[in-house]
Amino acid sequence: MTPAVAAAPVSEAAKGPAADLLFEDVVREGATWSHVLKRGTALRISDTLGGANVGALFYNWENTAERYNMPDTLKAQHIARLTGGFVLYSDMGRVLCSITDDTLGWHDPLSGCGNAAQARAKYGDAGYQAVRNDCVKNAYDAFVIELAKYGMSARDLTAPVNFFSRVVVDEAGAMAFVPGHSRAGDAVELRAEMNVLVILNTCQHPLDPNPRYEPKPVSLSVRRVPPPAADDRCRVSRPENERGFTLTERYFL
Amino acid sequence: MLTESALDPATAVYDATVPAGEPWIHEIRAGQTLRILDLEGNQAADTLFYNAHDYEDRYSAQDTIRDQGNIYLTTGSRLQSLKGHTLLTITADTCGRHDTLGGACATESNMVRYALETRHMHACRQSFVKAIAGWGRGLDKRDIGHNINFFMNVPVTPEGRLTFEDGVSAPGKYVEMRAEMDVLALVSNCPQLNNPCNAYNPTPVRVLIWD
Repeated sequence: MTPAVAAAPVSEAAKGPAADLLFEDVVREGATWSHVLKRGTALRISDTLGGANVGALFYNWENTAERYNMPDTLKAQHIARLTGGFVLYSDMGRVLCSITDDTLGWHDPLSGCGNAAQARAKYGDAGYQAVRNDCVKNAYDAFVIELAKYGMSARDLTAPVNFFSRVVVDEAGAMAFVPGHSRAGDAVELRAEMNVLVILNTCQHPLDPNPRYEPKPVSLSVRRVPPPAADDRCRVSRPENERGFTLTERYFL
Repeated sequence: MLTESALDPATAVYDATVPAGEPWIHEIRAGQTLRILDLEGNQAADTLFYNAHDYEDRYSAQDTIRDQGNIYLTTGSRLQSLKGHTLLTITADTCGRHDTLGGACATESNMVRYALETRHMHACRQSFVKAIAGWGRGLDKRDIGHNINFFMNVPVTPEGRLTFEDGVSAPGKYVEMRAEMDVLALVSNCPQLNNPCNAYNPTPVRVLIWD
């Protein structure tokens, strides 16, 4: 199948040897994708046209009761944003994925996913019969449908990350979506430190003020990568992460 | 926003003290009001809510903060569920700010945050799991979402940093909320001994319910 949109160029720094490339894929606008990202591989997500948003959930494939935990990720690293050098923690103190490359500097861990009622209120209710696969999708339903394929349900829907989006919080706690954050070619790379079920969708960010239904596509590449070295920047970025990597490596002993 | 309540503890239909390190699980009917009172100050009451008729429809920290456009909870905050319902509304608050991003402590997250040797120490998620195992009715670890930390102060900076600050609570401060539907409340009165936010001294909280 020929993708309808061209893959964004991979930055020279992140390319690595061509032989390490395992496959490439495209997630169309408003679509869902999932894959068990194996330990020792990395997923690079690239914004094809600019303005993308990628809602993402992460589970330990061997025991999906262990899953990405937003508060544990934030408080271990004292952050309310995600970028290169930080990691995604599970509720079991292990590192599911490390963010090994990022051209953006900010991905949103706070805002969650929109649902059908919100999408209908914002974008109308263009259904499949009228507009075929351009029908309005929402991230909540997209996640629940994909979770079901792995034997999970809405109870397993934990707080997702919104990659490529930036929401800032002022001193009074007010949240503000920053429009125009991601541009064509911006990319983030996730190195799997465990075998990780990754579930993605490209629905618009729930705080995106754009009143039109205009989700954007992203391109993906999966390649083999070396295991994190002793001086890996995600491992040494904080003493907490040294311990997180230790616990993760013990899991495989 | 600081708001006092007119409710008199003498007229409460339920009044109990939850010791530090213990869980509390209780159904609250639509229209009832729950008060959580910080007896000795700067104690964290880690709290989860469920739609009493559909446990899958549980409190969602992300939906709550996004819908109100603010990460802190106080008077007027509507505590939202995953499926878009308002579970409860905060109706009084003498503390002024409560956290819902810091989550609950766990033996595993303590090992990451403090030291691998903290594995033996009691933690909120131990209490959550114990309480729902006792409650039964199909609840298990997967139903433990991201909680509210009543009386905790966890500021986020405009630069995207998250910090744990000294509490803004004090002895006798309380938060009160009206159930908008039948809910199951689950509180872990936090046993954390590694964090200065409670002066390394977990203390009891009092819970009251009015019809």
